[in-house]
Amino acid sequence: MIAQHLKKLPLTRETSLLVLAYLYLPIFVLIGYSFNANRSATVWTEFSFAWYERIINNPSIQVAALNSLVVASIATVLSTSIALLAALATSRPFYGRRMVEGSINLPLLLPEIVIAVATLLLFMSLGIKLGLVTVTIAHVGFCIPFAYLPIRARLNDMDKRLLEAAGDLYANPYQVFRRVTLPLLWPAVLSGAVLAFVVSLDDFIMTFFVAGPGSTTLPVYIFSAIRAGVTPEINAISTVMLVVSIVLVVLSYWLGQRGRSKAN
Amino acid sequence: MSTIGSQPVIRRLLLLGPVGFTLLGLILIPLAIMGYISFLPRNLYGGVDWQADWQWHSYVQLFFQEDFDGNLELNWVYAQALLRSLAQAGGTTLLCFAFGFPVALWMTSLSERSRNLMVLLITIPFWTNLLIRNYAWLIILRENGWLAQAVNGLFPQAGGITLLYNDFAVSVGLVYSFLPFMILPIYSTLEKLDWRLVEAAYDLGATRWLALRRVILPLTMPGVVAGALLVFVPSLGAYITPALLGGGKTLMVGNLIQQQFGTARNWPLGGSLSFLLLGIMLLALILFALYSRKAAKSMHRGVGA
Repeated sequence: MIAQHLKKLPLTRETSLLVLAYLYLPIFVLIGYSFNANRSATVWTEFSFAWYERIINNPSIQVAALNSLVVASIATVLSTSIALLAALATSRPFYGRRMVEGSINLPLLLPEIVIAVATLLLFMSLGIKLGLVTVTIAHVGFCIPFAYLPIRARLNDMDKRLLEAAGDLYANPYQVFRRVTLPLLWPAVLSGAVLAFVVSLDDFIMTFFVAGPGSTTLPVYIFSAIRAGVTPEINAISTVMLVVSIVLVVLSYWLGQRGRSKAN
Repeated sequence: MSTIGSQPVIRRLLLLGPVGFTLLGLILIPLAIMGYISFLPRNLYGGVDWQADWQWHSYVQLFFQEDFDGNLELNWVYAQALLRSLAQAGGTTLLCFAFGFPVALWMTSLSERSRNLMVLLITIPFWTNLLIRNYAWLIILRENGWLAQAVNGLFPQAGGITLLYNDFAVSVGLVYSFLPFMILPIYSTLEKLDWRLVEAAYDLGATRWLALRRVILPLTMPGVVAGALLVFVPSLGAYITPALLGGGKTLMVGNLIQQQFGTARNWPLGGSLSFLLLGIMLLALILFALYSRKAAKSMHRGVGA
């Protein structure tokens, strides 16, 4: 057993606390200002829910929020289904598996601005009208790796003996999948789906390019609002989006942990 | 056993069909269209002249421009944006390493429960909206904001320091966006580090600094290199951060690409800029792959065992 004091190095603790402060300062500043009654967001006057009331009653924000939810829901279902099938295939060894896995993760590595522009050119050269449909199709592409990774990891850790046992008990491959693999995999599927949902909900660059007029999502709305000038309404709507993302990510993390303890 | 080991080729192809179709339709074909467009002349009304012959014009345009006599002379406008992007991405990578490495080291000294909590705390900002995170820095750094007032109060002789719309603001935003990508790979290699080697170094009289430099850092290099790649590549293609926090003079390649497809209406140039960016990233990836192969070989020779 190595003594823990060996691992303690000077200044690492101080740097870490500084980094944590740096990571969370902007988030808390934003949340704080969203409750500020003052119109000029730099001066604190008093606590108020006024801006939240304003955004709830703002029709363009209502439409943008609905668009975001519709796009994210459809993109999540499609990308998670595709990712689940791909993960089932790549969990078994075969020639060229590494290359297939690399390609699935490709959207994570390519610069989003390049893919966004290229996707726009695709829709334009096919003559497809830009709108919520093009946004949803484009989102499926970059959501796949986020849904794929947790499912693939879970399949990797899964106790293969359970599947063998089912086979020994005369279950056919479909029954093994339906009655053993899927129930064990379910938390990871949900965890991946939640991540895909968050990524789709938060996407700005791709949506900015392939959304036509009238299919604004919340991030695109926020971007154009920032361009027009900083207002407390932006702080409030941003806070809502931050909180939704954080809650969903913690949920996904919890689902992942639960899946791990259940299967082992 | 047949259900565990391999699976029939037909079933594998059916399972991989949808993802293959999506990658083809949403990555490969769009990139091919963009490549094709980058070799066409631009149309006066925006868009391109689809019937024209292939030409290199948009690639020549990246570095040269024609003067009135038709001679080519160097054009620095795009090269400058490229160099600025490379400098920003390189600086961001160094800063992320400088702050990320100590954090990863500290995390390994914690109890398992606290480690998991730290991983979650470092991951959460990454999952929140990139646009909103950069917007939050816009609020913090803006003129007459409390930070600007504090800085100018400390250095009154500097005569009004501005924190926003410059390279400094872009650095702050980029480091903020990609720091988790540096911390997590380093942490995962440090977690597997054999601390007995460090103990041996101490026993042989090494100081903490020497043990860090000669034992811990070399053994963590794979994580550091992976982290550097994960920070460098997205920083190079950043769009949101320079668009929100940078001023008009701090354009990066990402913004230049967007402009060509927006107001500038020069699709071929936008295409050639995109392929230049992809080329640099591919180079970084190849270097990384070569490094990993070399590292794996030296591991086999027993350096890390």
